[in-house]
Amino acid sequence: MTLWRGIWAAVALLALGLTIFATLPAGLLGPPQSMQLPFAKWLTAGMKWLTDSAAIGPVTVKDLTRAFASVIEAPYKVVKVLLVDGITEGRGRRATTIIPPLSWVAVTVAAVALGHFARNIWLGLLAGALMTYLAVFGQWDSAMVTLASIAIAVPLGVLGGMAQGIAAWRWPWVERVLSPVLDLMQTIPTFAFLVPILVLFGFGPVAALLATIIYAMPPMVRVTIVALRAVPSEIVDFSNMAGCTPWQRMRKVMLPVALPDLMVGVNQVIMLSLNMVIIASMIGAGGLGADVLESLRRLNIGGGIEAGLAITALAVVLDRLGQAMSERVASVEVRKGNWWRRHPRTALVLVVALVTGALGFLIPILQDWPKAWEITTKPFWSDLIEHINVNYFDQLEAVRVWFLEALLLPVKRFFLALPWPFLLAVLTLAGWRLGGIRLSAVVLALGLFVAATGLWEQAMITVYLCGLSVVIAMAIGVPMGILAASNETAGKVIGTVVDTLQTLPSFVYLIPVVMLFRVGDFSAMIAVVLFALVPAVKYTAHGLRSVPDELIEAGVVCGCTRVQILRKVRLPLAVPMILLGLNQTILLALSMLVITALVGTRDLGQEVYAALATADVGRGLVAGLSVAAIAIIADRLIGAAAGRARARLEGV
Amino acid sequence: MRMRHPMAIAALVFSAGAAMAEVESTDPIKLTLHDWTGQLITTNIMAAILEEAGYNVELVQADYLAQFPGIESGDLHVAMELWATTAAEAMDASIATGNTVSLGETGMQAKEEWWYPIYMKEQCPGLPDWKALNDCAEMFATPDTAPKGRYLGGPVTWGGYDDERVVALGLNYEVIHAGTDAAMFAELESAYQRKAPILLWIYAPHWAPIKFEGEWVEFPPYTPECYNDPSVGVNPDLAYDCGKPTGGIFKAGWVGLEGKWPGAAKAIKAFKLTNEDMGAMVGKVDVDGMAIEDVVDEWMTANEAVWTTWIQ
Repeated sequence: MTLWRGIWAAVALLALGLTIFATLPAGLLGPPQSMQLPFAKWLTAGMKWLTDSAAIGPVTVKDLTRAFASVIEAPYKVVKVLLVDGITEGRGRRATTIIPPLSWVAVTVAAVALGHFARNIWLGLLAGALMTYLAVFGQWDSAMVTLASIAIAVPLGVLGGMAQGIAAWRWPWVERVLSPVLDLMQTIPTFAFLVPILVLFGFGPVAALLATIIYAMPPMVRVTIVALRAVPSEIVDFSNMAGCTPWQRMRKVMLPVALPDLMVGVNQVIMLSLNMVIIASMIGAGGLGADVLESLRRLNIGGGIEAGLAITALAVVLDRLGQAMSERVASVEVRKGNWWRRHPRTALVLVVALVTGALGFLIPILQDWPKAWEITTKPFWSDLIEHINVNYFDQLEAVRVWFLEALLLPVKRFFLALPWPFLLAVLTLAGWRLGGIRLSAVVLALGLFVAATGLWEQAMITVYLCGLSVVIAMAIGVPMGILAASNETAGKVIGTVVDTLQTLPSFVYLIPVVMLFRVGDFSAMIAVVLFALVPAVKYTAHGLRSVPDELIEAGVVCGCTRVQILRKVRLPLAVPMILLGLNQTILLALSMLVITALVGTRDLGQEVYAALATADVGRGLVAGLSVAAIAIIADRLIGAAAGRARARLEGV
Repeated sequence: MRMRHPMAIAALVFSAGAAMAEVESTDPIKLTLHDWTGQLITTNIMAAILEEAGYNVELVQADYLAQFPGIESGDLHVAMELWATTAAEAMDASIATGNTVSLGETGMQAKEEWWYPIYMKEQCPGLPDWKALNDCAEMFATPDTAPKGRYLGGPVTWGGYDDERVVALGLNYEVIHAGTDAAMFAELESAYQRKAPILLWIYAPHWAPIKFEGEWVEFPPYTPECYNDPSVGVNPDLAYDCGKPTGGIFKAGWVGLEGKWPGAAKAIKAFKLTNEDMGAMVGKVDVDGMAIEDVVDEWMTANEAVWTTWIQ
């Protein structure tokens, strides 16, 4: 133990010495030109081949992908007619409505009915209130466009994820193939695969839908594998004895037993789909995401916040309904009588839809919430930012300058001055120490890949920006998590704040941050910290809460004070969970890179963004893969550390 | 009863199609929408005109530069605003593939240059002449750039050769690149509220020079030689020792457009707007908060005599 401490101390000293005192030849600072490989050219050429000439028999790949796109487009169009367009004659300005879309009253009543069905009337009223909020704040039309795409993306993501999960559960080789693919899907910045999707699947809502599905599906696959594995073997044995075919066993036994766990995955798919709303709107999804982007481009901060909160409202409705569904006791109430007696809620919703649709021609308020009654808080937000800007700018500027000079710039210089062979050696050593020869080989290979892309400097800026943000996020998040776990009221307040932060699109706070702190690394850091804070808080709180009561009681019996129990019992036991939180914090920080590129950082995110703006497939993918490589290195090293921590705890 | 409803709808849909049979094809013409207000107005006006002529139009959100593969493959049909200042290379490359054709100029002129709010002129009376910039460098400086002045350039992807310009003209300034134009104008708004010094890249037609009072810096006028030949211009050793080029805003489209919808192609080619009209409309949307549809309707009513000649 002491030997390793000595080694790490020596490494740290050597790093400091190298960066401060040594003047190194350029070949040591960044990888030399001779070892860089033209990955971008290869990928661009590969993509061109795929779209222009690749074919399976007589059918070209492009035809296949286009056919696939139209299969997805059909149900999307149906939902959109139902929620947004209605049936009209003519197009654009000449359109006249023949049959209107579902009225806001009907959709709201449907939300209430769903809430009542899933749990009780209170949940129904919450859902109804949030839907009314959308109407009152004038977000209804956009919200329905977003809802229509979510309504297609979520079921497809869930079904696709479950299918892959089931396949991986049945055939181990599928899992071996899928696992690295899932890692990449989760870590490559979404911008990097937008251009290939556009080329293969055409422009418009379908491409946006597909990008959403790709982004939101991986957790579903993982959850399905875990959930199926967790089904008790007695139940599986029993179904075999009862003579089930494999298909029957899956459908009637395994999936129902695994349902509560599967619903966790569904919840994740919903949340991630809503996370993608803004980015999807850049390639044609429309709806609330487009509203946020457009407002912020016009510096209509209030408009951006309102549309952003509408996304949060939709997320809360879908999340709470989904959770209630998963917890719903399978007590099927058997009702007798006619169809409408057996299905009173469905009947009610249908009646309301038809009545409001028909009466809407006479009483327009039933169909659309009148414009004159809309409430807006836009001036409030704009005035608030202006007030802070005019009156407190000097103080804010002082804070910014302090952070820049004391923290950001020294760390940045340190990383840029670190010789690359040295950094790779340290990483490999850490991999060997934590996970043996295999892990060190993986880490070295990924590091060499980044070195060979020729994006070393951008990668180092990425490491510096994300690393610092993660440290700050943990420094704020862990105490918040401790507070949330030890005090119920504080827990509720912090929980609400964290949930809002997770679903509120980061764009919404990015622009006010720029107004107060200018473009540059400091604004980017604030945005990353705000976004990456969430898992730090959640996992810490969860880890502390799940410490067994007996151990805490044992501590109390021993005469520990509250602080001692926290320090000596609860925190050490929560370490594996907190490390998992750290892991997630790093992944989220990396996923924010592309967004921060929008305020002028010069990291890998900027490279991805620039590639998107020039439709350069290879360049974007290479930068995206470099981000993925950094993420996977961090993930594996911390995962191994968490494993060791857990083993140590269990060994005690 | 159950059957009759869909049938009635189908009948209506078919009759709607029949009513438009006078145009060459009722397939929707796809116009691309980008992310700045002027382009949205231009495209919506064009769409309205084409719809008046009986065509079906679909508006598709697409990235400014990423749209070209879509136009080449015929997924998208018309791009209404391609600025010579920012999209010239991409447009020329796309036209060179033979799958994209130019549809002429929009009549508007793009201008991009260094810009400062009018209150800065009191503190730096030598402006707008570029030679005054160095005298005021300290005024434009911030802690991270001092003693150099801070110039907020556009996103890296916009190009513009500002880093080269600063060196060639010996300007004591540091170029800070904004990531997006939203971030850039957020800084301008913030500075304007406080009457604080700011010097940045602005382009027109845009709402910012309408909402905020200010002036363009006057550099030595642009010539192609100044960009290509180091010996030309103020600095005999370096290129880019002059201002930025101004240029037309072009329309382009899919090569098959003219064959499939000849009337529409003619109308798109005839489309013309002036900088003044566009500036006024952008101001109505971005400064006064009018809806784009209302602004488009207003233009359509006021200019009926103009656009009817385009679709004859």
